[in-house]
Amino acid sequence: MFDTSMTLSDVWFLAQGAWITILVTIISVFFGTILGIGFGVFRYQVGPWWGAPVTFFLDIFRSIPLLIQLVLVNAFLGIVLRLQISGFAVACGVLTFYTAAYCAEIVRGGIEAVPQTTRRAARSLGMTWFQDMRYIVAPLATRVALPSWIGLSLGVMKDSALVYVVQVTELLKSTQILITRLQEPLFLLIIGGLFYFIISFPIARLGGYLEKRWSND
Amino acid sequence: MIEIKEVYKSFGALEVLKGINLTVEKGEVLSVIGGSGSGKSTLLTCINGLERINSGKILVDETEVHAKATDLNILRRKIGIVFQQFNAFPHLTVLENVTLAPRKVLGMGKAEAEAIAEKQLSHVGLGDKLSVYPGRLSGGQQQRMSIARALAMSPSYMLFDEVTSALDPQLVGEVLDTLKLLADEGMTMICVTHEMTFARDVSNRVAFFHKGIMAEIAPSQAFFNTPQHPETQAFLSNIR
Repeated sequence: MFDTSMTLSDVWFLAQGAWITILVTIISVFFGTILGIGFGVFRYQVGPWWGAPVTFFLDIFRSIPLLIQLVLVNAFLGIVLRLQISGFAVACGVLTFYTAAYCAEIVRGGIEAVPQTTRRAARSLGMTWFQDMRYIVAPLATRVALPSWIGLSLGVMKDSALVYVVQVTELLKSTQILITRLQEPLFLLIIGGLFYFIISFPIARLGGYLEKRWSND
Repeated sequence: MIEIKEVYKSFGALEVLKGINLTVEKGEVLSVIGGSGSGKSTLLTCINGLERINSGKILVDETEVHAKATDLNILRRKIGIVFQQFNAFPHLTVLENVTLAPRKVLGMGKAEAEAIAEKQLSHVGLGDKLSVYPGRLSGGQQQRMSIARALAMSPSYMLFDEVTSALDPQLVGEVLDTLKLLADEGMTMICVTHEMTFARDVSNRVAFFHKGIMAEIAPSQAFFNTPQHPETQAFLSNIR
């Protein structure tokens, strides 16, 4: 098994795929989280009735398999609207909304976990809605939401493997290309898995570190 | 001066306040007693505008609390309120709990806010707990911190909503001592309470609420010695 014909340039090829995976993940998680916070706060603030259109919109992204979303959005933009958009942009766009859909629920749950009485105390001190959100709700909700958010980020990172369907050569696709060429599937999948682990590990550790740091209060 | 005029308040079909009229003068300490569901806690949250009212008027220093033009965020600066639950901000140290509002609401500098906070915290006996997180404090200490937090805004009025009800019996005394201290210093206070000794010895007047009406109000000695209303008599005899 370790008698491989894999060369250093093949490892470099995998690393480039890994870089695309990292890039897609960072962009999607970053913008998806910002959007998700917006949607989550909006849904919490307006209640289930007025929030229904947003909920419905986000449910679409949560309930249709990512693979189908990617293919359909890509086809819609390219064939129907005849837009010249790179597969990379489509991948980031779809994954951003996919992230936002899950993140909105995490944010709403985090806000709901902050006791009403604590918020009333803040408002009683003369704080505005925004100050209450900024100084009381945001830090407390973040503590509650962090583990789920880390889970979501890791999930998006792994789900980003599906963006090969819009012609983006990320880590898994790179691995598959090498498998086809070298015919060493098990060895290459181990190497590919190792790359995924190396990417995930810091995210998971960051979560652990923050949880520990915040546990003193 | 706090003036409450013909205030009605209901939650859905449930009428909680049915025409309350009450005036609290500057420097006065008023205790409000009554059974649960009598509307006494709701009255406090109406005074600082946390709850809307259905009709009537509440004036704080001649500003109408529920008028559209009133900026509640500004009005609340002069009305401190402390609740039954301690409501500490758990992610902030004791010092930060107290300095947050002066800094963000009043725009005070860090040093100035900390000087005020330290003064108020020593005042309530927490001068040695500045850098501790509230989770490490006892219930009584958390409640005293909440009092210091409200006092740091230099309010003209303090409202206390059953502040000792959630405390273990042995911790009630330290919080009541703090209230007594404030009363002695001339703070205008409305205390919703179940502590009859406190109501009798510390307050100037005592009001008795029953099913959304203020059944009786009298100077504290007279209230306890010669209660007039049959419901007051029944309530007090149940307690004794």
